[in-house]
Amino acid sequence: MEPILSFRELQKEAKKVDTNAREIKVAVLGNHTTTFFSKALKNQLTVAGFETQIYESDYDQIDITIIDAQSGLYEFDPEVIVIFESALKLKDKFYALDDNQGRTQFYNDVNDSVKNRISLIRANNSKAKIIYFTYELLDDHLYGNLFSKIPHSFYKQLWKINNSILNLSEEEQGFYVFEINKYLQGTSGYRDWPAYINSDLHYSIDTFAVLTYHVTQFVKALKGNFKKCLILDLDNTTWGGIIGDDGIENIQVGSLGIGKAFSRLQKWAKELKERGIILAICSKNTEEVAKEPFEKHSEMILRLKDISVFVANWKNKADNIRYIQEVLNIGFDSMVFIDDNPAERDIVRQSLPEVTVPELPEDPALYLPYLTSLNLFETASYSDNDKDRTVQYQQEAERKKLISSVTNMDDYLKSLEMEGVIENFEEKDVSRIAQLTQRSNQFNLRTQRYTENDIKEFMTSENHLTYSVKLKDKFGDYGLISVIILEKKEDNSFFVDTWIMSCRVLKRGVEYYAMNKIVADVVDRGAEIIVGEYLETPKNKLVSDLLEKLSFESTGAKNIYQLNRTNYKPFNNYIS
Amino acid sequence: MNDVHNELTSLFREVLENDDIVLTNETTANDIDEWDSINHIYLVVEIEKHFGIKFTSAQILEWKNVGEMLDAIKEKKQ
Repeated sequence: MEPILSFRELQKEAKKVDTNAREIKVAVLGNHTTTFFSKALKNQLTVAGFETQIYESDYDQIDITIIDAQSGLYEFDPEVIVIFESALKLKDKFYALDDNQGRTQFYNDVNDSVKNRISLIRANNSKAKIIYFTYELLDDHLYGNLFSKIPHSFYKQLWKINNSILNLSEEEQGFYVFEINKYLQGTSGYRDWPAYINSDLHYSIDTFAVLTYHVTQFVKALKGNFKKCLILDLDNTTWGGIIGDDGIENIQVGSLGIGKAFSRLQKWAKELKERGIILAICSKNTEEVAKEPFEKHSEMILRLKDISVFVANWKNKADNIRYIQEVLNIGFDSMVFIDDNPAERDIVRQSLPEVTVPELPEDPALYLPYLTSLNLFETASYSDNDKDRTVQYQQEAERKKLISSVTNMDDYLKSLEMEGVIENFEEKDVSRIAQLTQRSNQFNLRTQRYTENDIKEFMTSENHLTYSVKLKDKFGDYGLISVIILEKKEDNSFFVDTWIMSCRVLKRGVEYYAMNKIVADVVDRGAEIIVGEYLETPKNKLVSDLLEKLSFESTGAKNIYQLNRTNYKPFNNYIS
Repeated sequence: MNDVHNELTSLFREVLENDDIVLTNETTANDIDEWDSINHIYLVVEIEKHFGIKFTSAQILEWKNVGEMLDAIKEKKQ
């Protein structure tokens, strides 16, 4: 993985891409010249694997475009709308107000205008995710360091405006804030003043490449493509020195000297784990030796309980990462591998090109600043359950051990002592349900992504049957692991709109357990037929035969199946 | 001077994504379809980066043809 490319390098990379499987349509609305931003965004999304279409509104016509139901914006029907306003333009507007009272209230006006834009977009039936840029904190230096005491200072108004946009995002569904200042800070010469004066270029061309890189990371996360697992090497990555040679007393970690750099990296990993990122270790070491610091070193921040899969042996690292992938059952493209050794990085890159393997600076002091600058763990959703993931995967490792001690699958399933709950969507589960629709890629029949609002609509809809399934066994509680939505059609049949299951409960019979309940409900409602469709994506091969397994029959139409209730015999399963 | 001319040509070809571009001192934006006002900005940025120079606003606005661009690059490089 390379550092962020310049505009021109990016253009070259994008040209190398032939076609992409997934499509995305993004609209860009700005109050300044957004041509280069749009070009760079298209290139970034192309490089990220999207067949991309961009709609760019006319120069400085944001509000007209949004108000007009007939505008090209709505005809284009984007999945994502990016609204990117320049603070330089805002400053002109601000200075046009001639009394200080108006200037003092300016942030309210801007806040109202943002709210208004959101409601107009929704009123015109667009469900697009809105990515709203904050304003660059552009000091006009009129009040120096007294600005905070001057309510009509432009600089103070900018802080208030940004603050109100942040608050708005807590209330508004599908409205996400892109905080431009943190990216501008790290970008040298982010504005080219002559280009601004001569050509209305508010940021330099390469700044647009940086901003669009981060927007793309976020769009990927919105589309369910984000990192779930951080794999760390140990020697000279997680701590300084070589545990096998130097011993536990001499490895560098803690508050002194270079040890601080490693501690900071560990703290980052630990916080990511708290957010729901799975941590794994992949190290060339003897297992007991490698585990010792995690158990005994007083200044280690990471402990064994933080690690879901611990692999320390002398095998090839690519093979070990394959093993980690098997245990976790997540895509290689959701894994990040960090190793100080360029040769190891290279082996993994060559064998497993989907795994993200960042370059690492030579100086450990730069590890963390570099890694955080890459924004690797961008996310578009968060729920309280995320924290428990580590424990869940540790339980999974226990189950893997059990499976090798029983001789047949039925005995194994029986021995798990599974208990399930299948129920209609409940208010308290809305965020977890939405999250599952956002992040599941493999066991996902139609890959329909839904927001919390969408889920609430399904809950109250007369025409939908909604199910969530929770499961626990003797090793632990999986929580909510499956989501199914059926839609009643005019001909009194039901259509399977969504069938998602977490891969952590594959082969437990959850789908059969759920199917028994669903068919019973459908029969209760006097319907005869359930229609199902498999929508193929590059990642959901796993469910290509799901409908047939559930006793649906092919209709002749491609990937369309149906089930007549009279042909249905309830499935045997081991979930009580 | 020939070197600068060649470097500028390959920069034009890459930025404007047209490998057939041939530059003479008399070439103007009217002669090359891709050379519009937006790409002109892009060209200036890449020329500045490539040669490690910075033009003044006045210079950028004054150029009438490639010859004058080359003169400006040469002057700035000294």
